[in-house]
Amino acid sequence: MSDFVMPSLGADMESGTLLRWYVKPGDRVKRGDIVACVDTSKAEIEIEIFQDGVIGELIAEPGARVPVGGVLATVQGAGEEAPVPVAPPAPVAAPVPVAAPAPVAAVPVTEPVPVAVASPPRIEENGRLRVSPLARRVAERLNVDLATVTGTGPHGAITRADVEHAAAPAAPAPAVAPAGPAAPPPAADRQTAMREAIAALMARSKREIPHYYLQAEIDLSRALDWLHEANLARAVNDRLLPSALLLSAVARAVAGMPQLNGFWIDGGFVAGSGVHLGVAVSLRGGGLIAPALHDADRLSLDEIMAGVRDLVARARAGRLRSSEMSDPTITVTNLGDRGVDLVHGVIYPPQVALVGFGAVRERPWAVDGMLGVRPIVTATLAGDHRASDGHAGGRLLTAIDHQLQNPEAL
Amino acid sequence: MRTEQELREVVIDALTEVAPDIDPAAIDPSTELADQLDIDSMDFLNVIVAIHDQTGIEIPERDYPKLATLEEAVAYLVQAQVAAAAGA
Repeated sequence: MSDFVMPSLGADMESGTLLRWYVKPGDRVKRGDIVACVDTSKAEIEIEIFQDGVIGELIAEPGARVPVGGVLATVQGAGEEAPVPVAPPAPVAAPVPVAAPAPVAAVPVTEPVPVAVASPPRIEENGRLRVSPLARRVAERLNVDLATVTGTGPHGAITRADVEHAAAPAAPAPAVAPAGPAAPPPAADRQTAMREAIAALMARSKREIPHYYLQAEIDLSRALDWLHEANLARAVNDRLLPSALLLSAVARAVAGMPQLNGFWIDGGFVAGSGVHLGVAVSLRGGGLIAPALHDADRLSLDEIMAGVRDLVARARAGRLRSSEMSDPTITVTNLGDRGVDLVHGVIYPPQVALVGFGAVRERPWAVDGMLGVRPIVTATLAGDHRASDGHAGGRLLTAIDHQLQNPEAL
Repeated sequence: MRTEQELREVVIDALTEVAPDIDPAAIDPSTELADQLDIDSMDFLNVIVAIHDQTGIEIPERDYPKLATLEEAVAYLVQAQVAAAAGA
């Protein structure tokens, strides 16, 4: 029996409000199934489960605000004994009602929701635990077996806080603010809450991350000629946008630059497992969200295009999934449609890089001693100087350029 | 054959599908839609797709600039419809 815990859906998230369950005790689930819907301050997010098994007990009730790492339900893993319905696991610690750490919407207080201390499942990635360097040192000092720790960082990475939590199993249960019936906050509150979340995250980024900025102009004539040619033969619904080429180029380029693809956690770099591009999507009425396009370096242009259309539609409809929120390894922002020439981006913690694109403009361009007019885009990189240097950043921009000169290979 | 008014409604429906917050009555027919309604290239592609789904009219990529305003878009569709009927 293991615990299904509140995932971290972004570095700015401390807790989430459970809105509804899509499963009930006894339901069989498999990895990737959507089992619940949680309201963060930014959006309603569909929560996926990351193991096969059978739902045991639903511990959190709709309306409960649960901290990241707090138990939502118990799960009988595949291969374990069938769940015994008679004796639900008793909460290890008494429920501790406390005020929500960052209230985003006023909710009436009702009865507290008991929370069991995590019984730790193994979180492994390709047989290897993802652990921040600091967490590893703390685990050694506190004599904690990392294999028994539930990671709440990106990709289930184990952070210092997870280790400390595991080292003190008898401590009071994670704080859960009791709450009334789940009701999504009204639009105005959502706007305010999102603004606050962005403010907190961006302030943290500028406070903690020593940004360096690079820019490079890229000739897009080959890429756009290829694109227009390809679109001639395509039905309206299958047409590609230039942004799909730009995203694909970034994904493939960053796959060869691991120090720019990952997270800075607890004072050390943790490489991402795969290239999960955060695609910055601006929301109508204000605010933005940057959900992940998973394994983007392995997707075809058609798959990228379909993936982005789907992400934009779901981001605006508030139907994003937990995995998309928690694990982008690098973010791409494209403000070209807004007519800007270039973007000096602010990195999303705990990521370590952000690539920006401005508008594609016709510019005078010299090639082989000849002056011509070419469509040019300015690509920028905001890099975290703790994780990489300008040299590596420059190589990334060059690699993006190279990718865009061979559009048929994207 | 759809009337000009019907084609106008098709365009407005496509726009409101992409941008549910806009007030159709407030659209200025001669101002660029992208600026006026804050729609980006992805939104615009979705508008083109929605128009196609409703009318069957294929708008080639090179003609996108001819649909920059509501007025121009309706005029383009009226003409495309006539051209398609003549070609059929």
